[in-house]
Amino acid sequence: MPHAIDDAITPIHIHDMTVAYHKKPVLWDVDLAVPEGKLVGIVGPNGAGKSTMIKAIMDLVPKASGWVRIYGRSFAQMRQSIGYVPQRESVDWDFPIRALDVVLMGRYGHVGWLRRPGKIDREIAESALEKVGMADYRDRQINQLSGGQQQRVFLARALAQDARIYLMDEPFSGVDAATERAIIEILMELRSRDKTMLVVHHDLQTVSQYFDWLVLINMRVVAAGDTATVFTEENLNKTYGGRLTVLSDAAQAVADHQRGVS
Amino acid sequence: MPVWDITFQFVLLGSVLIGCTSGVLGTFAVLRKRSLLGDALAHAALPGVALAFMLTQSKALPVLLAGATMSGVVGVLLIQVIVNQTRIKADAALGIVLSVFFGGGIVLLTHIQQSAVGNQSGLDKFLFGQAASIVASDLYAMSVMVVVVLVLVGLFFKEFSALIFDPGFLESIGFAPRWVDLLLMSLIVLTVMVGLQAVGVILVAAMLITPAVSARFWTNHLLKMVFISALIGGLSGATGAWISALAPRIPTGPVMVLVATGIFVISAFLAPQRGLIARWRRLRANHWRENTQHFLRACVELQEQVRQEMKEIALTELAQVMYEPLYRVRRLAKYLVKNRQIEISGDTIQLTEKGYRDGVFVLKSHRLWEYYLVYRSILEEDHVDRSADEVEHILTPEIIERLESILVEEHIDVENVSSIHATESGFRKAGQDG
Amino acid sequence: MVDGSFWIILTGAFAGGACGLLGVFLVLRKMSLLGDALSHAVLPGIVIAFLLSGSRDIIPMFVGAAVFGVITTLLVETFHRHWYVQEDAAIGIVFTSLFALGVVLISAFAGQVDLDQECVLYGEIAYTPWDRIYVGEVDWGPRPVWILGTVFVLDVLFVTLFYKELKITSFDPNIAIAVGIPATLMHYLLMGSVSLTTVAAFESVGAILVVAMLIVPGAAAYLWSDRLPVILVLATAFGIFSAIAGYYLAGLWNSSIAGAMVLVVGGIFGVSLIFAPQYGLLGRVIRQGRLGIRVAQDHILLRLVRESEAKEDARVYIADLLEGSFGARMRSRVAVWLLGRGGLVVWQEEQLTLAEAGFGKATDLLRSHRLWETYFSQLGVPEDHLHHPADALEHFTDESLQQELNAELPDVDTDPQGKQIPKNT
Repeated sequence: MPHAIDDAITPIHIHDMTVAYHKKPVLWDVDLAVPEGKLVGIVGPNGAGKSTMIKAIMDLVPKASGWVRIYGRSFAQMRQSIGYVPQRESVDWDFPIRALDVVLMGRYGHVGWLRRPGKIDREIAESALEKVGMADYRDRQINQLSGGQQQRVFLARALAQDARIYLMDEPFSGVDAATERAIIEILMELRSRDKTMLVVHHDLQTVSQYFDWLVLINMRVVAAGDTATVFTEENLNKTYGGRLTVLSDAAQAVADHQRGVS
Repeated sequence: MPVWDITFQFVLLGSVLIGCTSGVLGTFAVLRKRSLLGDALAHAALPGVALAFMLTQSKALPVLLAGATMSGVVGVLLIQVIVNQTRIKADAALGIVLSVFFGGGIVLLTHIQQSAVGNQSGLDKFLFGQAASIVASDLYAMSVMVVVVLVLVGLFFKEFSALIFDPGFLESIGFAPRWVDLLLMSLIVLTVMVGLQAVGVILVAAMLITPAVSARFWTNHLLKMVFISALIGGLSGATGAWISALAPRIPTGPVMVLVATGIFVISAFLAPQRGLIARWRRLRANHWRENTQHFLRACVELQEQVRQEMKEIALTELAQVMYEPLYRVRRLAKYLVKNRQIEISGDTIQLTEKGYRDGVFVLKSHRLWEYYLVYRSILEEDHVDRSADEVEHILTPEIIERLESILVEEHIDVENVSSIHATESGFRKAGQDG
Repeated sequence: MVDGSFWIILTGAFAGGACGLLGVFLVLRKMSLLGDALSHAVLPGIVIAFLLSGSRDIIPMFVGAAVFGVITTLLVETFHRHWYVQEDAAIGIVFTSLFALGVVLISAFAGQVDLDQECVLYGEIAYTPWDRIYVGEVDWGPRPVWILGTVFVLDVLFVTLFYKELKITSFDPNIAIAVGIPATLMHYLLMGSVSLTTVAAFESVGAILVVAMLIVPGAAAYLWSDRLPVILVLATAFGIFSAIAGYYLAGLWNSSIAGAMVLVVGGIFGVSLIFAPQYGLLGRVIRQGRLGIRVAQDHILLRLVRESEAKEDARVYIADLLEGSFGARMRSRVAVWLLGRGGLVVWQEEQLTLAEAGFGKATDLLRSHRLWETYFSQLGVPEDHLHHPADALEHFTDESLQQELNAELPDVDTDPQGKQIPKNT
């Protein structure tokens, strides 16, 4: 690596990470050091491994190689410092639960086993709801919320976790313009408080507007850094260009080989 | 040996018919991911059987099966209503209908048992199956149904295949997928009903699932899969009937299911290509091939420095360069001698012409790949090795050609692609830090 | 001396309640299938335990069931992940073959095992009063009551103590792991409790029917409420009630008690399916009907007020209003009647005219409609497409929404077709 990285002050440091789904490599040899206090966009075509990278940071999927350090320590040690906003589709919205209860879940890590959330936890949850503009909906059943409202509740839950780093998986997909604006404002406010945000994003139009740091991914990191420097036509070609099918063909060949099919 | 009389022949024939038909329809059911719907159908059929008896006082198979079909279909339709009109999900809907209808059937059955004349009206054979109770008239009814089912499957085979793999195409040639699906479901219903008597309500679903899944190990081709599944189903039926005749206390249903499961396990291990043993063999062969290729590549790289003649390379040097223990290098060397890729004398080896050519091919794939990765700024220099190492064995000639053409388009002289390292490439096992 | 039937009912109540309570989580986690599979697959474990221990002791039975529960999970995993069999087929193969094994064992060793096929199916709850626990010389009551009572209490404790852990892992396992709550551990704890309860209830309700007691009460409760605590209590209550009612019905019909329990709980589900206020079918039909009638009323008012723009004395023949499908005609009939009763229109022979009150409401509707048309036209919607969305939205535009629209469209007097937008009265 060109320069030494001081782990202790680096929110997320990934080294040589490879992730495979069913023996098929989906992320190859990722090297990444995310600086503190930035709004980082993760961008790439479908199936490029953006969600996978977030999940791998959180140990939600196993790594075939490499490691991840959060402020110099392992994820398990730094769990409380990370807020997570998963994809909306990952959840069953018919579940019998109210908006406030969902946000309260963000406090469970602080509450501990066998105990109930206390008054302070409740207050934090309520203020998180207010911050996302959903205070009036605290008692609303989640299946009565629109897509944008659901996304805001998810965000409130992450805010209630009171973290230093926020990982968000496609928070703007299927969301109306007003909600998108509201969420971005909250993220920028978080940034002004030196929080670090990693956001998986799909809309190239808004990239320069939203993010000051960018990671371009297509099965491996094509480029990472300052948005102004990284967001170039050349890099975009490398990320979205069709030539990369050779790489995915090779990945498929590796998978077949490992499964003994070829 | 069971007595080979006409009764047993009926039983055998009936069981084989049931097994074959279940195998055939089961193939479609499993591929449509509808395996458990057959289970729901069967459980939901029980109250129908009991009601049919209560209303007509007849134990004739067609009557009972008519009742079974009606209540089975009602159950399946109810599942659809629950899933479509409420927030209850498919798995719960299936479980609800299955268990409640079955409970209703049990209530009716026990009621009949308490009040009926003589022995329990023979209805409880529908629970676990009793192929031994198949009589001539039953066999006629069953044969008719089986013939109908198989003829329809034969006629609509192409449409069913399209339904499974490409519903869009089906629509484009004028068949509404909904109607084809409905036909398929009706045939599944008929098949389940046919099997009820021999296998019983509880386990007949197994005959839909297990033979089809076993057949999957043997082939990828739909028509072959149907035939193999029918074969396995028929075999399970026959064996089940045979064993059950030897031990009359044991109902046929469970025996058939156990036989089918046994065949499943055997298929999983022994099937060529998709079976486990075949896969393990291929994995080992691949592993072996990887190692021999590394050997050759290491030789060729060492050879590179000496242009005139085939260099004599010490085994120990190879072991160092390859990061492998000496004994393994020796074993590889012995194999390569047999393959006429090297010649060995004492503790040194020399590449043959063949060995040199083969080694160069491997080396070329490795370097092309390295070059591509770096050239495309895909990876930093110090990461390239591992990926190239893993991939070079798997790159088919087609992929290598594509790589070459991509690099040629960029005006790279492929023939003279030199290693980007100052030192030789090493071999690093995956998963370790640098 | 307590009546034998009391013990039977108590046993059943504990079984029904415990199953119903845990089953809520099976339903919510979409694991109904696994519950079904487990209850079938533990049969050989129980039979082997019988054979080996020679007694009906609960401990060997539970050990046997636990062993086979683990075997089931392992086999499904192996078939699905390592043998590449699709998941539902893998579950199907495992539980049918294990169940078949159990039945074969029972029939083969019929003499040695105090268990027969019928018992497997629907339990022997009727024998409860005679199967008693003796500590020393003291008769402590029927054994099944003690076993199921303990299991019931344990289940209640489990759900209460681990309530939030169960809730978060059922709703969103990802956030659970992120927050530090071990989803896998909770999964195994839940499956363990289900297995324990299944085995305990096995003697009373049999293998197949225990599935019903697990899933159906929870599913029924799910239709009545949106609050998880309410659902849990309701499911437990449904389970207990089914047991009690089932006993009496079985006596009435001369049939299996377990089967009757299942029928009762099925009946509760059926009633819930139809009559639950928000999520039941009847409620939906009624709500849709009401909405349809309201829309029909609005359309009639609009028609009248538009006529009145053209000529002074606007009247419409009722017969003209009754057009369209059977359902539409019915709705219009009811709408006309309701409008008359509410004093919004006046019936005169076969014709309708707007009453004063009706005029106000109709004008308001017209205003909404034309505001919407203007709004959409400004968004770029072509003129011939304007009527449709306006027609849809006009029924739901209350005063505050109208004001919002107004704010978006200041200084607008006429709609895109040049017609006057009525002023706010």
